[in-house]
Amino acid sequence: MNLHIDDHLEQDVGVLKLSGEIDAYTAPQLKEKLLSLVEEKQKVEVDLLKVSYMDSTGLGVFISALKLSKEKGHEFKLVNLQENVYRLFNITGLNEVINIENTVEGEIT
Amino acid sequence: MSSIESDMQNYKELLSQYLQTRDEAILYQAEQFSKQSIQQNISPDEIVNVHYEALEEVMPNMGERVRDSFQFLIETMIAYGLAYQEHQVLREKQIELRSEIGVAANMQETLLKTTVPSDEKVDIGVKSVPAKEMNGDYHHFIKDEDGNIGIAIADVIGKGVPAAFCMSMIKFAMESFSENEINPQRVLDSLNRVVGRNVEEGMFVTMFYGFYDTTDHQFYYSSAGHEPCYILRYDTGEFEEIDAKGLLLGVSGEVSYEERQVDVRSGDLIILLTDGVTECRVDGRFIEQEEVLDIINQFAHLDAQGIVEGVFKYFERLQDFQLRDDFTLLVIKRKD
Repeated sequence: MNLHIDDHLEQDVGVLKLSGEIDAYTAPQLKEKLLSLVEEKQKVEVDLLKVSYMDSTGLGVFISALKLSKEKGHEFKLVNLQENVYRLFNITGLNEVINIENTVEGEIT
Repeated sequence: MSSIESDMQNYKELLSQYLQTRDEAILYQAEQFSKQSIQQNISPDEIVNVHYEALEEVMPNMGERVRDSFQFLIETMIAYGLAYQEHQVLREKQIELRSEIGVAANMQETLLKTTVPSDEKVDIGVKSVPAKEMNGDYHHFIKDEDGNIGIAIADVIGKGVPAAFCMSMIKFAMESFSENEINPQRVLDSLNRVVGRNVEEGMFVTMFYGFYDTTDHQFYYSSAGHEPCYILRYDTGEFEEIDAKGLLLGVSGEVSYEERQVDVRSGDLIILLTDGVTECRVDGRFIEQEEVLDIINQFAHLDAQGIVEGVFKYFERLQDFQLRDDFTLLVIKRKD
């Protein structure tokens, strides 16, 4: 399974819309795109509505983005997480340190 | 006569004999010639060249176009020979690397070895299987002077060689704690600082640390972002989650870990695991947590080592079983 990454601007907010699976194979390309976006933009939002699976490598990517955003004083948040993806953030305690908005169930087409 | 000249002479004779007789024994000699050429590092274009020169003598009135076609073939074979050589070098390097990783994996096993404590009050079993050669999971036991047992189970996010290095570091940090310092909250607080200071960006560790008080059968535990663990009650046959809130090790230096405790009754089974257990794939789907617990329940009547071996074998036997992540299952059973 692949990961499709679509990036666009919504009123100065850099938005990454992801669909597919985030694992050891797809994480490197996500990391590259996400970190350069966090570097450039004041506000970055990652939409995970269509991410059906993520493993711990994905967490590593978001932790790196979090650290970079703190260094830069930029805002970074995740939106529309599927329950099973949110579960990972919850277990690892990252939901307390990463800005997460809106979790959903289903809706993957 | 240099060897290539004698080979050349040899090849020419073989060729002309074959053209006259079509004797298959000569084909066999040609095969020997080509084996020798490989040993002497003679490239494919040189062999084509030898053939071309031999042919000129055997069939002096070759047409111009045939001659040109040989030049064409020789050029082609030069490129082929170079690419092939490079391929060979890479293959040799790969074999070398693989054997080095094998050595490293063995060293890791020796380095991270921990002895399962034997105890008259509790029975402990553990099974840890790496998905690749090097294991990014880790478990560790320590027994204090009163016979209480400290148990760590950890998972490095990030796999393979770097994860293994990170584990070695954790192990040495853990061994620096003295036996009376092993309360879960303190262990995680100090490991968090060690990991934060020493681990490169992008690598993180989850750990569940438990302390089994063998005098009054209390189990104290803290979790740094680790998969929830469970206790299977002997009298009711029900699983209870044992989980504490806490952030992954190494993300932020400003956290302090929560410590909880659970009362362990006779025959109860404490189950610690890493997410490799719940991330096994069978037939392209993930095994659900409930399913894992169900299987553990089926083996719960065995002794501790029997349980973990039984559960792993059960999953291994399923069709298209595939370990996506390192697998560690550790159980502690109260005996009396």
